[in-house]
Amino acid sequence: MAKIDTVRLKELANKYAIMMVLAGLVILIGIIQSTFLSVDNLGNILRISSVRVIIALGVGGILITRGTDLSAGRTVGLCACIAASLMQRPDYASKMFPDLPYLPLIVPILAAIGVGCLVGLFNGLIVAFLKVPPFITTLGTMVIVYGACSLYVDRPPRGAMPIGGLREDFTSLGTGSWGPFPKLIVIAAVVLFLYWVMLNWTRLGKNLYAIGGNPDAATVSGVSVKKNLILVYILGGISYGLAGVLLAARSGGATNNYGLMYELDAIAAAVIGGVSTAGGIGTVSGMLTGVLIFQVLDNGLVILGVSPYWQQIAKGAIIVAAVAIDIRKYIAKK
Amino acid sequence: MTQEGSVLEMRGISKSFPGVKALDDVSLTVRKGSVHALMGENGAGKSTLMKCLFGIYRPDGGEIVLDGKTVAFRDARQALDHGISMIHQELHPIPYRSVMENLWLGRYPVRSFGILRLIDRKRMLRETRTLFQELQIDLDPEKWVIDLSVSKVQSMEIARAVSYRAKVIIMDEPTSSLTGHEVERLFGIIRKLRAEGVAIIYISHKMEEILAIADEVTIMRDGKLVGTYPSAELTTDVIIKRMVGRDLTNRFPPRETPYRGATPGEAPGETVLRVERLTSAENTSFRDVSFDLRKGEILGVGGLVGAKRSELMESLFGLRGLKSGKIWIRNREITIGSPIAAKRQRMALLTEDRRQTGIFPVLSVFDNTLIANLSHYLRWSVLLDRKKSAGDVTRSIDMLRVKTPSPDVLIENLSGGNQQKVIVARWLLTNPDILILDEPTRGIDVGAKYEIYTIIADLAKRGKSIIMISSEMPELLGMSDRIMVMCEGRVTGILDAKEATQERIMTLATQFM
Repeated sequence: MAKIDTVRLKELANKYAIMMVLAGLVILIGIIQSTFLSVDNLGNILRISSVRVIIALGVGGILITRGTDLSAGRTVGLCACIAASLMQRPDYASKMFPDLPYLPLIVPILAAIGVGCLVGLFNGLIVAFLKVPPFITTLGTMVIVYGACSLYVDRPPRGAMPIGGLREDFTSLGTGSWGPFPKLIVIAAVVLFLYWVMLNWTRLGKNLYAIGGNPDAATVSGVSVKKNLILVYILGGISYGLAGVLLAARSGGATNNYGLMYELDAIAAAVIGGVSTAGGIGTVSGMLTGVLIFQVLDNGLVILGVSPYWQQIAKGAIIVAAVAIDIRKYIAKK
Repeated sequence: MTQEGSVLEMRGISKSFPGVKALDDVSLTVRKGSVHALMGENGAGKSTLMKCLFGIYRPDGGEIVLDGKTVAFRDARQALDHGISMIHQELHPIPYRSVMENLWLGRYPVRSFGILRLIDRKRMLRETRTLFQELQIDLDPEKWVIDLSVSKVQSMEIARAVSYRAKVIIMDEPTSSLTGHEVERLFGIIRKLRAEGVAIIYISHKMEEILAIADEVTIMRDGKLVGTYPSAELTTDVIIKRMVGRDLTNRFPPRETPYRGATPGEAPGETVLRVERLTSAENTSFRDVSFDLRKGEILGVGGLVGAKRSELMESLFGLRGLKSGKIWIRNREITIGSPIAAKRQRMALLTEDRRQTGIFPVLSVFDNTLIANLSHYLRWSVLLDRKKSAGDVTRSIDMLRVKTPSPDVLIENLSGGNQQKVIVARWLLTNPDILILDEPTRGIDVGAKYEIYTIIADLAKRGKSIIMISSEMPELLGMSDRIMVMCEGRVTGILDAKEATQERIMTLATQFM
């Protein structure tokens, strides 16, 4: 009996290792510096995580199919700029579009998501039909999107100045609340739920795991690999579009440098959360945990007064260590 | 115009790939409610023909008539929709998903909620259970596929092919990983399907199976049709003759060894390797294995899939851990912690899965030959001596008669038999005393098998000691001096080849079952 219990315990420990790492981090930092555990600070972590987790879900879905998306960060930036440019206050001095009428809130959201969707479609078509490896495809797209974003923002007579003076009904998406619940967190929760349903309860989700687990098997089982790949890149693009909107709303502006390296954070978070870059493996709860670990570290190390350079070293070490722990549950099976 | 009772006709199918004519005017007629075997050496075009039927390849010429209608499938989806299902030769599981998710992949049952269609797990589970019950397959539908044994995965694939309720089921080597008992069950399923009017196209290299289950046999050679015959008229020898296109009087080369040969009673060679009570570090693997291996001997290792023969050999070679036991090589007790240590003891291992752990597909024949022995070809300790190595590579591929246009060709372009010869060449360059061969002729066609056997016999004659795992009875009996039989991780007997028979080996191989 006792032996079986230890085996089960080991199994559980492996399964939830990454969540225990998160809990351990929270407790450890909280013990050293109790202000870390204040409602304000934890709320702050969750708000920042909200945007990040939406990006991570987009990238994570693609990782599951053995793909990757390096264009995620730049797409977030582009969509943030588009949303911001359509939401400047009528009385703001240096508007990008001086003659822009007063638009309803839904317009910039749809515009940003639409652009994200197009970028995703572009990636998906190239990966699915031209068979360019996703790493290369999205590397190219990343550079293209940055160029396009700079062209969009940096126009005479304004030049490349940040897009500021955003309307309050827009920024409240990032800073306001519905009742006691911050809007950002509610939106992120909805997106998390939708992704969970998509991955676990729809044919699309099952097909994504199948394609990542064994593309040949998916093909001979009559799954359209091309269609599903295009869909997952589009879903990613939509996520980045939404994340761009929320990022602009939260920070009250946007520049063409927004989103720089967000894709690497997202990939790191997804991988920490147990998503396999070899494809076929990954859960929504894992990706959420991965993002939270990252933000807890970010925030916690600042609160502990660790030098920024050491923060970088700690974060890098955590990425590798977390994956080393997580991968045990698969190694054991071999 | 269709022939009476036929469900499927393929007429004059041709298919070329760059540089090869894979199929040349091949025709195949399959009757409703019959088992139609498709036979031929590897590379004869059997799988290509089936892939043309299943929509994976599109034929360059010819016509496919299904139920009196001409069809041309663009992909597997369409073939499945038209009532053709297939068990693929390479198993195709999605490793980190459940059995039932694998089973219903591509056609998950859904329930609609407005525009949203969500997967109906309950129905999926129910239907999976019903299916397994019907086919008497003992499998947990919710278990991850990665946790299943190969034979269970194959059972799952069989269930999947049946579950489409197809008119025509293609089975490409469906028994390659099944135990004897499971093969019997598959035959039961096949007979039942046949009685229900399903047509089955059965591809296998195992003559005994074909003669037991098939109604008709179509034989192919070099991408061409040889002919279609009622199986009652065929014997193993006739099939082989038609597959190979010549008489194969001897399936195995003659051997002269201390055990059987010119001078009976001669003392056996010295003991090269001795192991005592080896037990694996893994819980459900082999235990208490003892045997010895003599100079110039071929020790066959028989048993069913799951007898842990490969695990034992991989442990001997330092790839897996040992919990206890002793190993002596040339009368010195040693421990082997890694393949590097094993090589130092002049051991070599040809692994079972050539594609996974044997060849480096995108490297040349040259590099594949040298890879285990690079340190012998260094100049100034760092640079590779191309001239010296080129001589050795050429010599060894000549000696083993590897058919390759040049050593610089990528190994993936060679046939399975020639790939295997390159791997043998690779290990011979390390000058081993002990060669462990794990299923050395798996997936190799009949003609090339004989060449591999000749090489093995020749090596033994030159004083190398050989351990040969094989799941083919005739091969074990035809090649070995002694045969060690394992069952469920334990040695159940070591037979002298002279006294060994198929029945005795089978009895030992199933002793604990």
